[in-house]
Amino acid sequence: MEGFRTHISIQNLNVNHGSRRILKDITLDIPDRRITVIVGPSGCGKTTLLKSLNRLLDPSEGLRVHGRILVDGENIYSPDVEVTHIRRKMGLLSQKPQVLPMSIFDNVAFAPRIHGLREKKTLARTVEHYLKLAGLWEEVKDRLATPASELSVGQQQRLCLARGLAAEPGIILGDEPTSALDPQSSKHVEQRLIDLKSDYTVVVVTHILRQAKRIADYIVFLYLGEVVEHGPAEKVFERPRDPRTRAYLTGEIS
Amino acid sequence: MGLALFLVVGCLVFIVGTIVWKGLPALKLSMIFQTPKGGFYLGKEGGILNAILGSLALAGGATLLALLVSLPIVLYLNVYTGRRSRTAGFIRFSFDVLWGVPSIVYGAFGFLLMVFIGLRTSLLAGILTVALLELPIMSRAMDEVVRLVPRDLTDAAYSLGATRLETAFRVVVRQTLPGILTAVLIAFGRGIGDAASVLFTAGFTDRVPTSLLQPAATLPLAIFFQLGTPFAEVRERAYASAAVLTVLILAISLISRAAVRKYSRHTIR
Ligand SMILES: Nc1ncnc2c1ncn2[C@@H]1O[C@H](COP(=O)(O)OP(=O)(O)O)[C@@H](O)[C@H]1O
Ligand SMILES: [Mg+2]
Repeated sequence: MEGFRTHISIQNLNVNHGSRRILKDITLDIPDRRITVIVGPSGCGKTTLLKSLNRLLDPSEGLRVHGRILVDGENIYSPDVEVTHIRRKMGLLSQKPQVLPMSIFDNVAFAPRIHGLREKKTLARTVEHYLKLAGLWEEVKDRLATPASELSVGQQQRLCLARGLAAEPGIILGDEPTSALDPQSSKHVEQRLIDLKSDYTVVVVTHILRQAKRIADYIVFLYLGEVVEHGPAEKVFERPRDPRTRAYLTGEIS
Repeated sequence: MGLALFLVVGCLVFIVGTIVWKGLPALKLSMIFQTPKGGFYLGKEGGILNAILGSLALAGGATLLALLVSLPIVLYLNVYTGRRSRTAGFIRFSFDVLWGVPSIVYGAFGFLLMVFIGLRTSLLAGILTVALLELPIMSRAMDEVVRLVPRDLTDAAYSLGATRLETAFRVVVRQTLPGILTAVLIAFGRGIGDAASVLFTAGFTDRVPTSLLQPAATLPLAIFFQLGTPFAEVRERAYASAAVLTVLILAISLISRAAVRKYSRHTIR
């Protein structure tokens, strides 16, 4: 891949549910410190692909994963890696922001605390740092002790971002992270992702093409569980090779 | 709707009214602050402090014990086993069956158990039996709320690198705290009001409980014994005891409502 260093390497990934194939033989390199946007019509497997990166697919629901995903050169599906260690490497923004049932402060302090940080002053500094990084500090600095559920949805999503960043991941995953937000908040979150890409690898799922055009460096087009086309954003948007990509970009399939 | 309201409220007012009306002549401060005087069980003097404290100790101990068993089971069912696990389904079914078992059967079982391990009628035996009685009630009530915790919420905790244990105690318990509290208080109410399970296991005594290995009096049994006497004055005292028990249970519901409101502050809806 020209000019990109690979951060996540997906090799022959298959996800099945019983005899149904949800993801079909996906092989894909995700570039380091860029925004990779996964687009595709709803139901094509975007969420499943994103969750497979974080090992959040639940085998008890009958989902079976085959193949390899290398993160920093380590196969996250190898039996001897610890799942919490993998998940720490990635912060996740879900479709509907999911704040934890505790105060704003405790939300951001959650990951540092479970990973052993106890010292009050350091915790306070950490929380402030990540709230600033997520662009939320000014709005909440006077009410850190209030329940996170009292924030607006847009603020909650930025809180989720701060909370994820506080786990010190190298990767940010977003599953349609702006779909529940108003346009103003969406812009805010998009801008944050753009600001963060100098330090983080960002993988975002969206079904909004305009959003993809605004933020993507690298595009993956997923259709019926298959990667139809992937490449640098300008290239895919301007000269799509596959007829299905062309149809999707012109809005014929959605 | 109007009729239903009338029936429910009517019943409540009628029951409480009758108890207070009939018990009022005997309802003195000495009733609450003294132990019985003048004759075993059937004293016409003194009060029922023995039964009040006995009931509180017994139901309190039993509820604590039931909670210590119940909470881990419910968290295990919901966090550790999959939604479609057969084992989990079987455990839930067992709780439903246990819920339906009459309390006299728990009493008889507790008695057998006592004989088997060589325990005499005592507060401890009562606590063990009532804990068994409360276990399915508490677990099922808790399970109903813990089940409703959204998948996305636990996923959020996992994605931060939390283990299942951390997710269970730091996120699931906090999210469902009001429901857990309600379950505990429902079980406590059931435990404090039950007579049949303590009849053979906790026994009865005129003294205030001081040791786990001594028999302990309970309010339902006090009512039972007082009501069974041929003396009108003692029967009157039964209604006074019933009024005390009712007020205790009422107080518990009020406390639980206040507590639920306090602890739902953080709950995500
Ligand atoms: N846990 C699951 N059990 C069964 N089928 C699932 C599960 N998760 C996803 N699927 C199926 O996989 C397909 C892709 O789903 P998803 O990844 O959510 O798509 P998208 O996010 O692109 O809308 C859908 O057809 C869905 O029904
Ligand atoms: Mg989706």
